[in-house]
Amino acid sequence: MTAPAPAAKPAFWQRVSRADLIFALSIVALVVFASVASDAFLTQRNIVNISRQMVTNGFLALGMLMVVRTGGIDLSVGSVLAFAGLLATGLQEQMHFSAAIAVALAMGAAVGGINGWLIARFNLQPFIVTLASMGTLRGGLYIYAETPLYPKDDMFRAVLGGAFVGPIPMNFILFALAIPVVWFYLNHTIAGRAALALGVNKEAVRLAGVNVGKHLIFAYVACGLFAAIAGVLLASRLGIAQPSVGTGYELDAIAAVVIGGGLLGGGGGTAKGVVGGVLALALVDNVLNLFNVDSYYQQLLKGLIILVAVLARRKNT
Amino acid sequence: MPHLQVTSIKKSYDENLAIQDISFSVAPGKVLALCGENGAGKSTLMKILSGAVRTDSGEITLDGQTARIATPGDAMALGIRTVYQELSLLPHLSVAENMLLGRMPTRALNFVIDWAEANRIASAVLADFGFPQIDPASLVRTLSVAKQQIVEIGKALVAKPRILILDEPTAVLSAQESNVLFAKVKALAAAGTTVLYISHRLEEIFEIADEVVVLKDGQSVLQSRIDSLNQAQLIEAMVGRPLAAIFPTRKKRAGEVVLDVSHLGRAGMFDDISMHLRAGEIVGMFGLVGSGRTEVAKAIFGAQVADVGDIRLHGKPEKFASPQEAVRNGFAMITEDRKGDGLALDLSVLDNAGLASFNRVSTFGIINGARRSALVDEKVADLAIRPSGTAHPVRHLSGGNQQKVVIAKWLLVETTKVFIFDEPTRGVDIATKVEIYQMIANLAENGAAVLLISSEMPEVLGLSDRLLVMREGRIVAELQPDEFRMDFVFAHAAGLASKPEYVQ
Repeated sequence: MTAPAPAAKPAFWQRVSRADLIFALSIVALVVFASVASDAFLTQRNIVNISRQMVTNGFLALGMLMVVRTGGIDLSVGSVLAFAGLLATGLQEQMHFSAAIAVALAMGAAVGGINGWLIARFNLQPFIVTLASMGTLRGGLYIYAETPLYPKDDMFRAVLGGAFVGPIPMNFILFALAIPVVWFYLNHTIAGRAALALGVNKEAVRLAGVNVGKHLIFAYVACGLFAAIAGVLLASRLGIAQPSVGTGYELDAIAAVVIGGGLLGGGGGTAKGVVGGVLALALVDNVLNLFNVDSYYQQLLKGLIILVAVLARRKNT
Repeated sequence: MPHLQVTSIKKSYDENLAIQDISFSVAPGKVLALCGENGAGKSTLMKILSGAVRTDSGEITLDGQTARIATPGDAMALGIRTVYQELSLLPHLSVAENMLLGRMPTRALNFVIDWAEANRIASAVLADFGFPQIDPASLVRTLSVAKQQIVEIGKALVAKPRILILDEPTAVLSAQESNVLFAKVKALAAAGTTVLYISHRLEEIFEIADEVVVLKDGQSVLQSRIDSLNQAQLIEAMVGRPLAAIFPTRKKRAGEVVLDVSHLGRAGMFDDISMHLRAGEIVGMFGLVGSGRTEVAKAIFGAQVADVGDIRLHGKPEKFASPQEAVRNGFAMITEDRKGDGLALDLSVLDNAGLASFNRVSTFGIINGARRSALVDEKVADLAIRPSGTAHPVRHLSGGNQQKVVIAKWLLVETTKVFIFDEPTRGVDIATKVEIYQMIANLAENGAAVLLISSEMPEVLGLSDRLLVMREGRIVAELQPDEFRMDFVFAHAAGLASKPEYVQ
């Protein structure tokens, strides 16, 4: 069977898949509907709210994407997020808040490193390994702080979660900066390309003389680090670190990756797509809140959105 | 009256014509070989006959009756059984369950599986086939690939097919197992079953086929009795042009010893392996499946570390703990299973071809995308990989072109001094084979040391400067070109060399 000669450069509308188009149009339709139906939607206050709400799931989902591309998954991000918030807040009793943040981020990277090392070294299933660290870490953080912690240094909130550059929240700017970094990793680094390939065929990558373990561990370290960043920023914005926060957040992150076209078996997903997924979930949450829809319906609707997204993107066979 | 008659069938996928015009007929109890290069339409024809895809036009008749084959169920109802090249067994189920999938015998209650009966049926079929040693209760994943292939064929034999289609059935079988299969095919034909046999190995076709149909570019270009053709005529019909020389001639100039292996061993795999490779030399390694050839290669390459023994590179002791170290030291290995561990099928030609040469195109871990694309484009053009773009997944390429991508991956490394080719032409069409032989010869001409592992006798004899024969994990003979005779080599590989008729 002769394969068709590839067209030199397909037109823009040919390169965009039907699913992407439906997805983009749905977001536009939602925005138009919300603007018309609610006076509160298109206010500066609400837009700031949406952008801030995107930050937590945004960092988690970008981290998750890096792991999902290797054919893995990281269920521990919610626990890392909570622990990072507690450390960044609680350690301010002993040190400067910037040092506390550094410790929190190092913890996130270390947890990712341990996850990745266990998976790479012993060839364990990512689902099981990260399920174990999710539980272990949640238990550990309750031992560290049973009750909510409050930041001692006001600057913690003032320079991060409470800060604005012009009308744009600082948190959102950090998230926006992270997007091209992840995009660059995915497309222009050895680690990113190798991670993609090993998500498709690990043995082929190993036999090509590539260090599989290193690139696999890197993806989990990055994911842990991003979860810790999300945790620090969340605690900074709310001005409180709760030990119970983050439960179930890993599911939202996975949902954003999947809605954005990521493949849970490995080997697919783009930064752009994930940002779209995060935006879609944040918009849906926001609109439902504006209309005072009960949170049970919100969960139900999110589940259906994931299902529709996966169906729309299934490979035609 | 012909048993099976195919008249002017045509099939296209999207706009690509896969089959343009194929016609042939075969009498009951005959073995018909289907020959053709990759892309000639063999697999599409087979899929049509087994109901996996439908024809666009044309007619298929069985015993003079028009046969409607719209689904695999239709084909089975007509007694057509197909054994595909890709194994379709479920690894976590038992041999008997796989063979009787969808029609497991049950006890009085219609849903309680009668395991004893299932195992008895499977066992009887396997014993009749000639492989009584396969336990029907064992899980398929515990079997070797060769035994899995046997089970796959056994599965088709359960229902006593009227038409049996075999696609490259011997690709993973040892010579001995292949002979058992040939005997069974002949017995089935004698009992009235019509067999359509697809194989790249021409010797096989001459051994078991009664007739041959040659396909080229989706058309049937020749139907003939096998005994009125010779091998060269058959190849010329397949390739569509006269065959100058299959194996390139080289100016032999073996240099210094590059790789020196002594007393290499790994428990249960191979023992006391000593050999050397010189620069500019092609050393062949022949052995039956299971003789330990691949395992030795993997040990040298660091993919499976040996327990004992020395490996010296340019006289310096080395023992690679991982392929990564081997590659860094100038080794390349083209593995025998390109789909399993040679390629990431869903990734692009670019990502696959560039997989081993990151260091050439990057600084501090950051890839220079333009340079990478340029190098891969150049290599794709050099090796005439079709189609010529690099953005599409390698899954869409033919077997021959996929293999070229694997080779391109290693040629792009550039610092490679030792190439290990493990079955480089498995599942590859004749035209591409000739190109690959030329590539291997060029590497040696340019001073690389080449270890060529193959179970295709003509290939190792035609390309090698020396030939190592392996049997049961040991090197049992090292032969020079004046000893390159098929029967002699095979005798060593099978352990018959001590018999008087083989002594020189």
